[in-house]
Amino acid sequence: METKPIYSLRGTELSCIRDDRVLFEGLAFELRSGQVLLLEGKNGSGKTSLLRILCGFREPDSGQVLWCGDAINDSEYYADMAYIGHLDGVKKELTVFENLKISLALGRSGHYTIQQALSKVHLSGYDDALVQALSAGQKRRLSLARLLITQNIVWILDEPFTSLDKQGIALIETLMTEHCANGGMIILTSHHDIELHSVDVQRIILS
Amino acid sequence: MLLIPDSVVRFFHRMASPPHFYAFTERLMPWLVIIFLFLTGAGLYGGLYLAPPDYQQGDSYRIIYIHVPSAWMSLFIYVVMAVAGAIGLVWRIKLAEIVAISSAPVGASFTFIALVTGSLWGKPMWGTWWVWDARLTSELILLFLYLGVIGLYGAIDDKRVASKAVAILAIVGVVNIPIIHYSVEWWNTLHQGPTVSKLDKPSIHVSMLIPLLLMALAFNVYYLIALIQRARVELLQRERNSQWVKTMVMENKQ
Amino acid sequence: MSLSRAFFAIIRRDLVLALRRRAEIANPLLFFILVITLFPLGIGAQPHLLQAIAPGIIWVSALLAAMLSLDSLFRSDFDDGSLEQILLSAHPASILVLGKIIAHWLVTGLPLLIVAPLLAVFLGMPKNSIGILLLTLLLGTPVLSLIGAIGVALTVGLRRGGMILSLLVLPLYVPVLIFASNAVEMAGSGLPVNAQINILVSILFMALVLAPWPTSAALKMSIN
Repeated sequence: METKPIYSLRGTELSCIRDDRVLFEGLAFELRSGQVLLLEGKNGSGKTSLLRILCGFREPDSGQVLWCGDAINDSEYYADMAYIGHLDGVKKELTVFENLKISLALGRSGHYTIQQALSKVHLSGYDDALVQALSAGQKRRLSLARLLITQNIVWILDEPFTSLDKQGIALIETLMTEHCANGGMIILTSHHDIELHSVDVQRIILS
Repeated sequence: MLLIPDSVVRFFHRMASPPHFYAFTERLMPWLVIIFLFLTGAGLYGGLYLAPPDYQQGDSYRIIYIHVPSAWMSLFIYVVMAVAGAIGLVWRIKLAEIVAISSAPVGASFTFIALVTGSLWGKPMWGTWWVWDARLTSELILLFLYLGVIGLYGAIDDKRVASKAVAILAIVGVVNIPIIHYSVEWWNTLHQGPTVSKLDKPSIHVSMLIPLLLMALAFNVYYLIALIQRARVELLQRERNSQWVKTMVMENKQ
Repeated sequence: MSLSRAFFAIIRRDLVLALRRRAEIANPLLFFILVITLFPLGIGAQPHLLQAIAPGIIWVSALLAAMLSLDSLFRSDFDDGSLEQILLSAHPASILVLGKIIAHWLVTGLPLLIVAPLLAVFLGMPKNSIGILLLTLLLGTPVLSLIGAIGVALTVGLRRGGMILSLLVLPLYVPVLIFASNAVEMAGSGLPVNAQINILVSILFMALVLAPWPTSAALKMSIN
């Protein structure tokens, strides 16, 4: 078996100011392959802002995000990461299959084929359904399928449990455990308590 | 960076730090005002009193002492805005962002003055207030470009994002200005035939030229004054949470 | 993970989307026809007058139609989060954005070419200038989409971006308007129009090469 390379995502001295309010200051963390970073805090405490900084959408007011030692904009970071935000990022006029084809074209093919990924997220048989016909929970699972069909190391998930039932939540937890076991890493925000067995979970509590 | 002497680099680094800029410009301001008043006085005296009347246009040509420097400034300031915006985008220097956005209203005002004085001059020369003369039309489009920059900055709430937007727009504008100018000139020669555009004829007599250059210098200094005043206000507004602003306000209270 | 695959996937996606939302193709086109119909009503149906100003009318209307269609370029992608996904791709954003602009031109700019001959007849344009009219539209409307993309990328995050968009974009459309409508006018009088066409070609290439950069930079700023 080949040895898995160790990746690391590091934030140094991160701070974020929004509308005259310091959301966080001097924040530092280091995440390695196989680890999960859970961001906790009240609404408006800067969880989403931090995630968007880690995606490179927003610039931190100070500090840096480093991927394997290089600033994220000068590294292979974007080829290695996947993000699911508040918005699902799927087009409602396209079918499930067409949406996944686009994601595949934008990234590299990963562990699963589209069919396999769909059966993993319990959406088999929905290939040709228009996304606008899906329920909110199904759309959420569709965006999760996107994580499976592309090859990536970092998952950044903003409230992944929203609008999912118990089964759906259990599904995400299984997927996350598998991803970490395969050498991936995950950053997420959540109001729910997550149950991840045999996974190293770091917590950052923003106030 | 290798070609630039160390002292110059250090000067710019110090200038780019907001507290230093604020303190430095406060000391600089009286001197700028004195230079401005002197240059304007000399320029106007030379232009309105010493320079002889034009053999064709009589005294009405004297509006060039306002019109021509304004028109020069309107272009110059747009370029400054784009350059400052680009510096702000690339090197993330806050002060450059502020210089870019503070320049826009000043530039728009100069453009407006150039348009008004141009049309005032046009009334006796052409018999109407407005002629679709190439230069006036270009100035009008330039005014729209300025208004776009100002409007965009006002429309975006987060001022750091707004500065980036303005910088991108100003750079796009500065690439387009020569094309627009050229196309308008080309359009004009086709549709109008040559108009009586004597405003900035190069073969101008020395006694008229010197006051013109003095006025141009004066307008430059005025731009600097207006820019600095606007930049200081903008700087205070943006840095209102930082320590140096707080201590300064406290010191002034006592 | 090939760039050309991503580029064509984006174009294909936007074309499929446009087919499923046909109103978006039809609206700018109807607007174009309607504005041109209004001119004779406004200034009187004097054949000579209409014929003289026909190139200007058609081109100004094309400008306005192009501007109105711009909003649909990034709006839905911005609203449903697809834009974030496109910008997060490891491919250069400017190339992907160029794909979107090309698709947008195919559905909003190209149809103008198809109705233009009809409108030219409405306005009594001489036959020999219709070919040049089509040529200028073919060269000019992509430039409108490319330049407009910069403006719409800057304003897509704003709630009321519409008015400010016209202020940003229309001044930049001036050169295209001047050279294109002039070429049509000259062709009507039987004069050579090589210079105008060459200039339009070079403007098109400049816009193709330069415009995607500020557009992708502005989009990154907008999704902040």
